[in-house]
Amino acid sequence: MTTLSDVALKIRSKNAGPFWLTIDIFCETEKAFQQACQIADNDRVASALGTTAADLKRYEIASLNVLKFSLPRPEIQGTRYDRDMHGASFANLLSGLSME
Amino acid sequence: MAQTVLTKILIPSGALGLGYDREALARGVAAKPDLIAIDGGSTDSGPHYLGTGTSKYSRSSIKSEWRELMQARAEAGVPLVIGTAGTSGADSAVDWLVEITKEIVAEMGDTVKVAVLKSGQDQGKMASAYQNNRIKQLQPEIEISPELLQSCSNIVALAGAEQIQKALATGADIIIAGRTTDTATIAALPLARGCHPGGAWHGAKIGECGALATTSPNSGTILIAFDETGFTITPMGQEARATPYTVSAHMLYENSNPFQLYEPGGHLDVTSATYTALDDRTVRVTGSEWVPSDAYTVKLEGSRSGGYQTVSMALVRDPHYVANIREWVADIEKKCTDKARQRVNEAFTLELRLIGVDATLGALETDARIGSEVGVMGIVTAQTEATSREVAKILNPYLLHHPLTEQEEMPTFAFPFSPTEMARGEIYEFCLNHVLELDDPMEAFRLDIMEMSA
Repeated sequence: MTTLSDVALKIRSKNAGPFWLTIDIFCETEKAFQQACQIADNDRVASALGTTAADLKRYEIASLNVLKFSLPRPEIQGTRYDRDMHGASFANLLSGLSME
Repeated sequence: MAQTVLTKILIPSGALGLGYDREALARGVAAKPDLIAIDGGSTDSGPHYLGTGTSKYSRSSIKSEWRELMQARAEAGVPLVIGTAGTSGADSAVDWLVEITKEIVAEMGDTVKVAVLKSGQDQGKMASAYQNNRIKQLQPEIEISPELLQSCSNIVALAGAEQIQKALATGADIIIAGRTTDTATIAALPLARGCHPGGAWHGAKIGECGALATTSPNSGTILIAFDETGFTITPMGQEARATPYTVSAHMLYENSNPFQLYEPGGHLDVTSATYTALDDRTVRVTGSEWVPSDAYTVKLEGSRSGGYQTVSMALVRDPHYVANIREWVADIEKKCTDKARQRVNEAFTLELRLIGVDATLGALETDARIGSEVGVMGIVTAQTEATSREVAKILNPYLLHHPLTEQEEMPTFAFPFSPTEMARGEIYEFCLNHVLELDDPMEAFRLDIMEMSA
């Protein structure tokens, strides 16, 4: 079973301001990038992040072999129930995604 | 390639207080820049800093680095500009850096002209602006009201290039600006001199994190040369290299949209940008577009109280309790909440997070594994400090002695310190995701000129 972390060089998540989270999936080759785009389909990614596909913005940047997702933060940065001020841990939720 | 308006901006690092390679800064000064620009903060460290108007970094770190940059400025004989001073760019954070600057001037025996640009917004005026339909919603939508605007402890507007240009036009040696966009301090001078607008904003975005757009992020210092058709980025660190990949990939960083960046007065579109390696460490970028907007808007940031918080910590090492940790904390949460409701009249929330299990991701965690011990972090939030402490004290005996069942001998868990509850004081929350429409870019900003001497 091939997971997203098997095909990606690096998966990084970070705040994009207090209200948005952005996740960058870096791949080394075009082939890996194509695989990443298949594994990380919008429904799987939305489900892993606890959101809906409609709230997910998807950018396939072939020139960089990067797949990027942006979404409203699950909790606004720094509010009572936010657990991760800088949003860097959300990347871990995508590493285990697979086609199955 | 026409280069008559060539403007070189030296960026020592991604933020004042982060540190940089001193040799790289010296090489940057030797490259004869037209201006030195540095960022003083962002929202990234959370709502506390805007809420309180205080700095994230230590005063001594800021003073030490700011002194070095002031010395670099004196040597280069060009303006030094800091945006978002004191982490949040709130007025009190600007005043804090102005005080530090005065001390340094006195110690250096220097004489400098300082322009201070303030971005703080009066809560009452913002409530009126909202009622006059001058405040517009961004995505995702956050509901606001005049009362919410009045309740903010600080509201700042993000200045753009126009306000920095006003400050530069005073002939100041040093510009200390409150909240600005990350790019404005870098883009202002190239734009004023007629450099390519798309290139100016794009280069500013690439430069705003210092050497983060190169192969050696920690070297800090980079030089960006702007001209009539685009910009060229040159790292100042000996080992650092900028490549078409490192430069183009930087548009991804902390941007929800990697192709467009909204600024006061328009937006940058880099869809058609081309990145060319001039050699193995220098990259030239052309083809970025600036798209002016109809209305001139500035983004607002606001922070207001989210109540008071007290945090408790206990460590569970007993294998029986570790194995049943979720049941244990669920029982405590219920019993403690019920008891506290009978004893305090104010609303509160109590949450117990399991450190070592799923404290980072909560319900989204799919790979929770339990090890030999679990940290239990109790978080009590209430409208007053007294209530948050009171409930945390009611929680204390549960965290120390709560048995899984009535039949068990009374257990005792590890408290790392006494008392185990720690008051976090007032907590804050970001509460504005809006823009403010302005007829004149200076309408929401204030510029003061000070002569400082030893």
